[in-house]
Formats: sequence, C-alpha cells, structure tokens
Amino acid sequence: MSTTSIHSDVAVADIEEERAGQERFDQIIAEDSRIEPRDWMPEGYRKTLVRQISQHAHSEIIGMQPEANWITRAPSLKRKMILMAKVQDEAGHGLYLYSAAETLGTSREEMVQQLLSGKAKYSSIFNYPARSWADVGAIGWLVDGAAIQNQVPLCRASYAPYGRAMVRICKEESFHQRQGWEILYELSNGTPEQKQMAQDAVNRFYGPALQMFGPPDDNSPNSQQSMAWNIKRFSNDELRQRFVDMIVPQAQALGLTLPDPDLKWNEERGHYDFGELDWDEFMSVIKGRGPCSVQRMQHRRAAHDNGAWVREAAAAYAEKQARRQQDAADAHLIGA
Amino acid sequence: MSFAAGDSATKQSAGNAITPEDIIAAGKKAPEDVATYALYLGDDALMLAQRLGHWISRAPEMEEDVALANIAQDQLGHARFLLSYAGSAWDKTEDDLAYFRDEDEFYSTRIVEQENGDFAQTIARQLIFAIYQYELFTRLMDSADETLASVAAKAVKEVTYHLDHAAQWTLRLGDGTEESHRRMQAGLYYMWPYVDELFNDDDLLRDLADRGIAVLPSTLRESFDRRIEPIIEQATLTQPDVPGAWGGDRSGNFSEQRGHILTEMQVLARQFPGVTW
Amino acid sequence: MSQENLNAAWPLWEVFVRSSRGLSHVHAGSLHAPDATMALRNARDLYTRRNEGTSVWVVPSESIASSDPDSKGGFFESPQGKSFRHATYYTKSEGVKHL
Repeated sequence: MSTTSIHSDVAVADIEEERAGQERFDQIIAEDSRIEPRDWMPEGYRKTLVRQISQHAHSEIIGMQPEANWITRAPSLKRKMILMAKVQDEAGHGLYLYSAAETLGTSREEMVQQLLSGKAKYSSIFNYPARSWADVGAIGWLVDGAAIQNQVPLCRASYAPYGRAMVRICKEESFHQRQGWEILYELSNGTPEQKQMAQDAVNRFYGPALQMFGPPDDNSPNSQQSMAWNIKRFSNDELRQRFVDMIVPQAQALGLTLPDPDLKWNEERGHYDFGELDWDEFMSVIKGRGPCSVQRMQHRRAAHDNGAWVREAAAAYAEKQARRQQDAADAHLIGA
Repeated sequence: MSFAAGDSATKQSAGNAITPEDIIAAGKKAPEDVATYALYLGDDALMLAQRLGHWISRAPEMEEDVALANIAQDQLGHARFLLSYAGSAWDKTEDDLAYFRDEDEFYSTRIVEQENGDFAQTIARQLIFAIYQYELFTRLMDSADETLASVAAKAVKEVTYHLDHAAQWTLRLGDGTEESHRRMQAGLYYMWPYVDELFNDDDLLRDLADRGIAVLPSTLRESFDRRIEPIIEQATLTQPDVPGAWGGDRSGNFSEQRGHILTEMQVLARQFPGVTW
Repeated sequence: MSQENLNAAWPLWEVFVRSSRGLSHVHAGSLHAPDATMALRNARDLYTRRNEGTSVWVVPSESIASSDPDSKGGFFESPQGKSFRHATYYTKSEGVKHL
C-alpha cells in the first residue's frame, strides 16, 4: 500500500467519524438528552457555548463591582454581611461558569485575556453606576431577578456542565433577588427620603434590566440556532414578557412604580403590555459607551495585574516543593 | 423551580450555629465592664472586617476573592455577636455602636486599622492577628461569662481556618519568588510595630481576668511567639527588627486610619439617623 | 509590574464533595490552585459555603483518565441482555421467604 492511499484512508476515516459524530449529536439533541464534554460536537456548538458561558462568567465577575462598591458603606452590619455574601457568591458563580467553559477546551487564562483585552463582552447592565444604597436593592431585585429568569431554563441546557453549573447557581441565587427586594421594601416603608431613593433606583434600573434579555427576537440572529441546539429554551421576548409579568405585582407590593407609561394589563393577551425600550442606548452601551465601561475594565485589569506577582509566587513555591519532594525521594532511593 | 434532586454535591443547609440574633433573644444584659471588654474584641473584628471587605473584587485570583470574603464575613460575624452583647449593657443595638460612636469611642487596636497595602501586607496582618485571636479565643472558651464563652467557641473554629490561610500564604509568598519574598518581608515590617499592643494589659482587663471573665493579653504573648516564629522561619523570612510603636493601649491612642475607616463606614447611616434599613 | 507569565497560570483541579457521612464523594466542579494544599482550601471556600460537604477531594484534572465516549457500544452495552446478573432473573423462588 502506498503512503498516499494511507493518507486518503485516514481522511475517509475522519469524514466517516465526523458523520457518525454528527448523527449521534443530532440524536442526543432530538431526544433532549445532554451532551458531555468528551462527546463529539459541531464546531459551531462548541464556539457558541464557549462564547455564551464565558460571557456569562465575565458578567458575574464584572458584576461584583457595582455592589462591592457598597460593602464598606452598607448602612447596617446585617446588610453589610448579606452584601459580602452576595458579592462572594458572584465570584463563586463566575468560577463555576469558567469551570464549565473549560470543559470545552478553552482555558480560563485565555477567557480572562479575552475579557481584559476587550474582545469578550459581558452584560452591559454592569456598566451602569451603583450610586445610592437603593441601587444595591434594585440590582438585587431587578438585575438578579432578570438573571434568574434567564438562568432557570438554562439548568436544562443541552450542554451538561453548563446545566449543572446553572443548577448550583440558581440554588444559591434564590436569596439574591429576595434580599434586593427586601432592601427596597425597607426603604419604601421608611422615611420619604428613603422612599424617594428607592423610586429613583428603580427608575434607573428598570429599562436596562429589561434589556438584559437581549435585543427583540426579530433582531437576534443567534437565538434561532441556540434554540435548535437546546441551549436556549425560550426567546428573548418571551423571557422579557415573563419578567415584566413577574415584577409588576412585586413593584405594587413595594409601593413603588415602574417608569413606563405604557405599562398596562392586556386582558386579551393575558400579559402586561409595556413600552418600547431605548435600543439606541443599549447598543451604544454594548459598544463601550456605558457610564462605567472603562472604569469596570480598569478595576478588573488592576486586580489581575496587581495579583500577577502573587500567582507567580504560588506557582514558584509549588514547583520548589515538588522538586524538594523529588529530591527527598531520590535521596531515599540512593540511601536504600 | 425543580433542580436535580439526586445531586448531593449541592445539598445545602443553614447549619445550627449560634447567631447574633440568638444573643439578643437570650435577653442577657452584659455588666458594663464586660460590655466594654466585648467592645475591645468586637471593635477589632469590625475594623478588620471592614478592611478585608475592601478586597472583595480586588483579590490576586478569583478563588482568593471567595477566600477573603469568607474571612471578612467571619470577622463581621464576631463583631456582630460582640457588639450586640455589649449593647445590651446600655440598651443599644449593634448598629448604634458601629455607626454612631465617634472616633475616640472605639477600642480597636492599631494593627487592624492599618491600610491593606498589597496582598503581602494584608497577609502579614492576617498572620499576626489570626494567631493572636486563635490564642485568645482558645482561652476565652473557658470564660466565666457564658455569652463570651459561647462566642469564643464558635469563633475559634473560624479563626483556626484564618490562621491556616495566613500561614499557607506566608509560606508561598516568603518562599516563592524574589519579588514576593521582598514584599512579604516588607509587609511584616510594616505591621510589626503594632504587635506589642495586642498583648498590653490594663486595669479593666486585669480586673476581669481576675474574675475569670477576660483573658489577660500579656499571658498570650509566649504562645503567640512560639507559634509565629516557626512559620516565619519556614517561609525563609526573618522577624523584623523594628521597635514597637509607642502608645496604643486601647485608651485613645488610635491610628490615623481609624477616622477614614469610620468616615466611609458611617456616612450613609449618619445621613439618616434612626431609620430602618 | 511583573510581566504576565503564562507559567504562573495555576493548574486545574477537579473537586469532589461528600455531602454527609455514609455517602460517596460526588463531582462538584473544578477550580484553579497552585498546589494540592491550596486546592483543598479553595474547594472548601468555593464548594462548601452552604454546608454542602463534610469531606472534599481534589484531583489534578490531567490525572483523570476517562472512557472514550465514541466507544460507548463496546464499553457499556455488553451488560445489556445479561439479565442473569440481576436477582429478578430468578423466579422459581417466588413466594419463598427471605430469598
């Protein structure tokens, strides 16, 4: 047999394997079962997942900042404790998600570099400032509320490690939304100044929170494919509608209003109608014109850069220790 | 919502440890001298929690954000126990004491008020303070004051972990790279002047110690030295040759940094006195 | 500021948590740590913040060998049809106690 024919045999085998892989993949998706890291998967599926999961992870990590900004100033020790636990959870959730993305063959280091270089995106909501204490409440209630709306269906995402990370995250996040609502509740039932603080925060976070579900369906080109792959289970607009239906009664219970004159119950649809969102603002914030876009990235870069010598030290120590152990083992062998 | 029920790695529980609310609910009123002692210890924990809380989102690696946040929450927990208990003497809440005392009314030591500096400086403070707290709480578990004894029993477990965390990092930074060694040595140097003060006695402490309520700080020094010396040595570092800073006997010789810490911590609460959050 | 050294990227560890005595350790996720000592501590901080565990294992990810998903048939399908490995295969003893 000549070498060329060996090569073409290999190529044929590759194509054959790819075809079989695709078939198995399609079947697993059709059965609504789960894809595990070592299964064959289409390159597009892998890329989509790495992009989505790492963006999700980056959002958790950048999302620590607006709230961390209030840890040292939280107005009671109980609130300070809760806030530290919440921001800590966000770090944890970022780590669960990086860990899920790493199973797809992209290292965390690489993903972090993509974030720091500005190549990777994160949720644009975190480019808004948390100016008042009520913002911490609004972030918990609206931003985490929207996030949970997105995340619960992701527990059933076809990529199993992503789904497993989401299960853990959803379990832990159930307190995040509640504590935010409770902050606003105390403010709303406090002095007129406190109530005003709460209303002002809700006014500012309402629109950006609704935009967290992404652009309208007719303008969301990747959604279709994600739904076909059972990564995404509901469309952006469906999730947004559910969220609005959920928060209207919650706002009423708070005694606060939502800043949308078009918001009203539609008997026929069985849903709340709501006004058009400012998509120009959304697009420009995504493109880096958020009030805190540069600040957030600088903060993250500074943490990463200032930590470099620590990470190097720990790696150097680990290497020295391994060498010492090896030397000790060698000495033992020679001695014997 | 339904989650994978069989996944035992995510089964959560709140646990059944003592909480600050339990202390209030117990309705025990601290005698004033015991309350002041509780403030000594509680103010230290509060200042340290405030300092460590600042690290969250700034740590050298994301895993370390989680670790430092854990330690900060433990310290804040100690502060809440101790301030709640202290407040019972004067019908004040933990928040009255944390947010509405002025600079000269706190009793914290200067070491917990020092700047975080770089990670090495923070670790140096953690190492010193965790060893001190470990020795302290181990002995305070036998306090004649039941509340202090139960707080110490919970705290000692947490502080054991803080000590381990600080010791592990001291080893890695001291015996890591040239740069980390230099920084860790500098961190120790910066914090070392404030070590002596942790072990200063005063009349209140002597009186309470005589009655089996407080631990006399001077009696902790020997075990502190015995514990810290081998860690510093194993980390290829040396104990800094720098004299102890004058003053600092919890009587008003506080640090420059205290005012800044309180300005930040209290700003919002003081803007709205008497409200609920 | 020191130059970012790719060698300083900490290796990946897989984390297994035992939720209570008597149960097996279950895979919880992964994390990065410079060595086993720190990996255990990070695992404690990251995966047991809500009393999820009484014991933790960490294993370098690269040390895990796994079966090939493509050879699923040969690997996992042979026990199918071997019902004689199950108690329910043996029916004659029906009605006889303690069998």
